[in-house]
Amino acid sequence: MRIMTPIIQFFRRNWVAYLFLAPWLVGFFILTLYPMIYSLVLSFTDYDFTNPASTQWIGIGNYVKMFGSMFGLSEFTTVTGEVMHVDPYYLKSLSVTLSYVLVSVPLKLIFALGVAVLLNQKLRWVPFYRAVYYIPTLLGGSIAIAVLWRKLFEKEGLINGFLAVFGFTDLPSWITDPRYAIWTLVLLSVWQFGSSMIIFLAGLKQIPQEYYDAASVDGANKFQQFYAITIPLLSPVILFNLIIQMIGAFQAFTQAYIIGGGRGGVLNSTLFYTLHLYIQGWTYHEMGYASAMAWVLLLIIGGLTAIVFRSSSLWVSYGVGE
Amino acid sequence: MKINIALRHTLTHVFIISLGLLMIYPIVWMIVSSFKPNNMIFSDPGLIPKTVTIENYISGWKGYAGTSFEIFFANSLFMCIAAIIGNLISCSMAAYAFARLKFAGRAFWFGVMMITLMLPGHVTLVPRYIMFNTFGWVGTYLPIIVPKFLATDAFFVFLLVQFMRGLPKEVEEAAIIDGCGKVGVYLRIILPLASPALVTTALFTFLWTWDDFFNHLLYLTRPDTFTVSRALRTFVGDAGAVSNWGGALAMSTLSVIPAFILFFALQKYFVQGISTTGIKG
Repeated sequence: MRIMTPIIQFFRRNWVAYLFLAPWLVGFFILTLYPMIYSLVLSFTDYDFTNPASTQWIGIGNYVKMFGSMFGLSEFTTVTGEVMHVDPYYLKSLSVTLSYVLVSVPLKLIFALGVAVLLNQKLRWVPFYRAVYYIPTLLGGSIAIAVLWRKLFEKEGLINGFLAVFGFTDLPSWITDPRYAIWTLVLLSVWQFGSSMIIFLAGLKQIPQEYYDAASVDGANKFQQFYAITIPLLSPVILFNLIIQMIGAFQAFTQAYIIGGGRGGVLNSTLFYTLHLYIQGWTYHEMGYASAMAWVLLLIIGGLTAIVFRSSSLWVSYGVGE
Repeated sequence: MKINIALRHTLTHVFIISLGLLMIYPIVWMIVSSFKPNNMIFSDPGLIPKTVTIENYISGWKGYAGTSFEIFFANSLFMCIAAIIGNLISCSMAAYAFARLKFAGRAFWFGVMMITLMLPGHVTLVPRYIMFNTFGWVGTYLPIIVPKFLATDAFFVFLLVQFMRGLPKEVEEAAIIDGCGKVGVYLRIILPLASPALVTTALFTFLWTWDDFFNHLLYLTRPDTFTVSRALRTFVGDAGAVSNWGGALAMSTLSVIPAFILFFALQKYFVQGISTTGIKG
C-alpha cells in the first residue's frame, strides 16, 4: 500500500494535464518512438516487404551496402553468410543531395535577405509586394509547379524561348541534360524564398532605427551599416533560417520525383536522397535497406545541425552593443 | 533634393515591381497557357494568347482511369477538412497542457516535443507503412488522417504553445474563481482567445494536406481515392513525358486556386504563422 501512495498522488495531481496530453502522447509512442526503434532494428536486417517471413539479420550489411564502394568493394559477405552487392547509386544520391543543400540553402537565404532589406523601407504598397514575392512559396511545393517546371526548362520550353529573344540558340534541354538538371531544382528552391523573407522582415523590424541614424551621423554609408549593424543584429535570425532550410532541403522529394518522372533523372543527376530511399523501399521493397538509409539521413542532418550550432558562437551575436 | 528622393523612391518601386513580375511570370504563364490550344503552348512564350479556348479544361477534367477531377477535388477537400479537425483538436489540447497547466514531467515532454519538431520523418516511414498495412489501412485515407488526431504535426503544437503562453493569467483566474474547471477553462477561455493561432493552424494544415504528395503517393492506391496532387502526377508519364500538356496546365491552374483564395483572404495569419514558428517552405 505504501508504495502505491506516491503513484496515486501523482495521478491525483496530474491526471487532467495528462488527459489533455493523451492524444499527443499516444501519437508520440505509437507513431514516432516505436517506429524509430523498429526502423533501427530493421536496418540490421534484409527485411523485404513482399516476403517478411524470410527476414534475416545481416549485421551492418545495409550500411556496408551504402558506403562499400568508398573502399573499393562491389560484393561482400555479411556476418550471417549472405552475399550482398554494394549499392552503386547511393553515393551518387548523397552527393546530389549535398550539392543541392550546399548551393540552394545559401542562395535562398541571400536572396531572402536581399529582398527583405529592400522591402524594409518606408515605401507604399510594401504589404502588396510582400504578398507577390510570397506567391512562389505558397504554390512552389505543389505538383502543379513541378509539372510547370518541367515545361519551362524543356528544350522547347519557355526559358529557351525567352533566351532566343536575346539571340541564344541551340540551347540544351535543361531538365534532361545531366549537367544542368540539378540546377533547375536549385533554382526552383531559391525561387521559394518567401518564408525566409518574412522571417527576415520580422527580424529587421526589431532593429532600432537609432543605430542606423547614429551610424550615418558617424559617416557610415549604407553598405557599412549593413555589415556593421544589420548582419550582426540579424545573425540569430540567420542561424534560425539556416537550420530550418537545411533540414528541409535534405528532405526534398516531390519536385525531383516529378521532374525525373518517378526516377532519378538522366544518369541519376536528380536522384535525391529521399527519392533513392523511396525507390529502394517501395519499388524494390528493400525496406530494411530503406530504414538504414533513413537512419544515416537522420545522423547526417543531426550532425550538420550540431556543427552549425557549434559554429554559431563564432558568428551569431545575441547581445546588443558589444 | 526633394526631386532626388522622389526619383530614388520611383526607381526602388520600379526595381521591386520588375523583380516581382519576373518571379511570378512562370505562374502567370501557366494560367495564360492553360487557355491556349494544345499545339500552341510550345511555340508561344508570350502572355497574350492568339486563340482562347477552354478545350484544355474539358480534356483535363476527364481525369485519369475513368475518374474525373470532380472526384479528385472532392477527395482532397474531404482529406483537408478531416486533417484540420484532427489538428485543431489534438494540437490545441497538447498546447493547452504545455502552455497553461503545471504538471510533473512538463519540461521533459516539452523537450521531447521540440526534438520531434526537428526529426526527419523518414526514420518512422517504413515501420509506419508496415503497421498501417497490417491494419489494412493502405489504400484508405486513415494513414494520413489518423496521425492528425494524434498531434503528430509538432509545428502546430509549438505554434499554439507560443500563442497560449502570451495570454494573460487573469482571465483564467477569474474563471477558476467562478467555479470553472480546467476543462472549462480550455473550452470557454483559452480556445476562443487562441482563435487567431487556431486559424493559422487550420490554414497551414489545409495547404500542406492539399499540397502533400509523398503520403498520397505511398498510401493511395486506387484512382477513385486519388487527391488532386496525386492525380496531377498521372499527367507525367514514367519516363517524364507529358502527353496532354494543355490538360496538365489547366488542372494545375485549378489546383492552386484554393491556396490563392486563402492566401489573399487570410494574409495576416500567414505572416503571423511564419514569423512565430518559422514554418518551412
